[in-house]
Amino acid sequence: MQFTRKHLLGLEELTADEIRMILDTSVPFKEISERQIKKVPVLRGKTIINLFFEPSTRTRTSFEFAEKRLSADTINVGISQSSVVKGETLVDTARNLEAMRIDMVVIRHSASGAPAFLSRRIDSNVINAGDGWHEHPTQGLLDMLTIRDHFGRLEGLKVVIVGDILHSRVARSNIWGLKKMGAEVGVCGPPTLVPRAIASLGVKIYPRIEDVLAEADVLNVLRIQLERMHSNMFPSLGEYNKLYGITTAKLEKAGRDVLILHPGPMNRGVEIDSDVADGGHQVILKQVTNGVAVRMAVLFLLSGGIPAGASEAARMSES
Amino acid sequence: MERLLIRGGRLLDPKNKVDGQFDLLIENGKVAQVGRNLPDGGGGARILEAKGKTVVPGLIDMHVHLREPGRPDEETVESGCRAAVAGGFTALGVMPNTDPVTDNQAAIGYIIREAIRAGNSRVYPVGAITKGIKGESLAEMGAMLDAGAVAFTDDGHCVASAEVMRKALTYSLIFGVPMIQHCEDPTLVGDGVMNEGLMSARLGLAGIPAESEEIIVYRDCALARLTGARLHIAHISGRRSVEVVRRFKEEGVKVTAEATPHHFTLTEEEVEGYNTNAKMAPPLRSRADLEALRQGLADGTIDCIASDHAPHHYDEKETAFADAPNGVIGLETSFPVSYTELVLGGVLDLNTLITRMSVTPAAILKLPGGSLGQGDQADVTVLDLDTDWEIDKSKFNSKSRNTPFHGRKVRGRAVATIVGGRQVWKL
Repeated sequence: MQFTRKHLLGLEELTADEIRMILDTSVPFKEISERQIKKVPVLRGKTIINLFFEPSTRTRTSFEFAEKRLSADTINVGISQSSVVKGETLVDTARNLEAMRIDMVVIRHSASGAPAFLSRRIDSNVINAGDGWHEHPTQGLLDMLTIRDHFGRLEGLKVVIVGDILHSRVARSNIWGLKKMGAEVGVCGPPTLVPRAIASLGVKIYPRIEDVLAEADVLNVLRIQLERMHSNMFPSLGEYNKLYGITTAKLEKAGRDVLILHPGPMNRGVEIDSDVADGGHQVILKQVTNGVAVRMAVLFLLSGGIPAGASEAARMSES
Repeated sequence: MERLLIRGGRLLDPKNKVDGQFDLLIENGKVAQVGRNLPDGGGGARILEAKGKTVVPGLIDMHVHLREPGRPDEETVESGCRAAVAGGFTALGVMPNTDPVTDNQAAIGYIIREAIRAGNSRVYPVGAITKGIKGESLAEMGAMLDAGAVAFTDDGHCVASAEVMRKALTYSLIFGVPMIQHCEDPTLVGDGVMNEGLMSARLGLAGIPAESEEIIVYRDCALARLTGARLHIAHISGRRSVEVVRRFKEEGVKVTAEATPHHFTLTEEEVEGYNTNAKMAPPLRSRADLEALRQGLADGTIDCIASDHAPHHYDEKETAFADAPNGVIGLETSFPVSYTELVLGGVLDLNTLITRMSVTPAAILKLPGGSLGQGDQADVTVLDLDTDWEIDKSKFNSKSRNTPFHGRKVRGRAVATIVGGRQVWKL
């Protein structure tokens, strides 16, 4: 079976088989990052542009490592360097870049739908690295890979996303991906930050974290942005921590083993306490490692690589 | 003496309860005679053969943005009037959110002069309620009425302050003209760009709850009751807003309402794929809201159909959804879409449709028109109700192309438009 999609815009449009293919292809790529010489010639001669209209360190670095370990030529363009500050439109930026004969565009944008917009107007492969509140598909994939590594499966697991669901592209990609892979998905957060309509996607809404801790196998704890407090979504960070923060006390009270993910960067003492973040429940740094592997798999598959070829590609540089 | 004989067609004149095979003789811009097999007066009259066609009082769209002054690249009075007559409209109410804002006597005069120069449809300027459409201090309504304004609105913006709206309604009692409100509580709209619901949650777009409209509709209906003034609700979109209008009408409050073809034909599903031609204020809502608008149009809770024709340049809609401006054009699609959806869709009969598109807008704005009785102003639209066709935005007379109806199959359109006895459009 071959991965036939041209773009990765979100997990909503992928099938379970396609998601499984990406996750399976990530496994051999993981091993490349463990080597002395962390490079395979899979994307040699391909040019990739990382177009980041929003500040990002983690995702951009992760994509860049993935691209370089596959031997692609990469260019990073950040908002402050781009012509956007001079008033160039998104479509003109894209067309100009494409005139330089680029094979792939990795785009992060503050507007939901910006990658989809781009994909309809240029010939290159487009990879969504996060658009507005819409989707962050590679984050969803790396979260799923991390959970699967831990449990050996996704089906039947109860995964609850905690925090600001309304404004979260990570939440949406997790919901679509996990549902397709047969997990039960719930969300938990202040009702001001949880769109009620999300229940009709078959997602359970938990108003209280205590109920979540009594049931969930996995918590995906989202970053709380300070600006949400200023827009009256909740009264204070302290109260947020009291009601929804993941603390040792709450975990001990639940008395169950719960796996904890966090897409980062963390606000210690707000959505997650330091002793939890650094303790035994979490796999946060494994997520970061898996992020590179998942992105290698996505780049490889979108460039026409066959899933079975991933392990061959991984073997290639061993000689 | 200039004479025009429209003969052989079905004459449908709801106001005068005429529906049948009648000829219409026009002399010097007025209806001279209605009757069967009228003689052409010794060959002196120009003949318009209307066999197989339906002859109705000229359609009136009381909610149109012509973008002049300010954005002549999007629409001018001239291009807008051309689009109007091509769509069968003989008169337009034009909105004051121009640049600069139409909030004074001179600005009203400018639009009227431009319309006369264009010489197609009639143009009736609607002035701003508040200076600069800022929602703060009342604009000079009296002076604007002297110059030819017919109503007032801050359209595009809601007059958000209840106190300012109360004063505007109270002050309008001097003149008896309607205050037209764009009903959206701006604090509830916030950064919203589409209807709030599953679609907005899925697409990751900020939602606008229908309650943002319902609350202002209720508030302003209550203020209309308090003041005894006339209130007109622009582009009503939510089912509960319709319910509120129905209740206040039953109470005898002087409230009227309009609905747009896009709100009673399309739902929020159109936004799928981040379609910026499905972005407008208020936003497209749910199927249940759409059904309530149709019911409201059928039972008269909603008095008229208006297009909210809002031209935007291609480049401005060619962007991410949240960054695109609100609004779609409608002058050249309003009748065919309304006829196809409402009459062929079994919601209301042709007589009621013509009432909603000609008779009631004339009554709300107290315009001549909407009637083809002897001595009435000869504004006439000749309709072909049998031909199926496909809407093609490349054929529009408007300067803009931002329609959600491109490629839609419809039936019915204007084949001739007559303003003041002069034929200004022929298909």
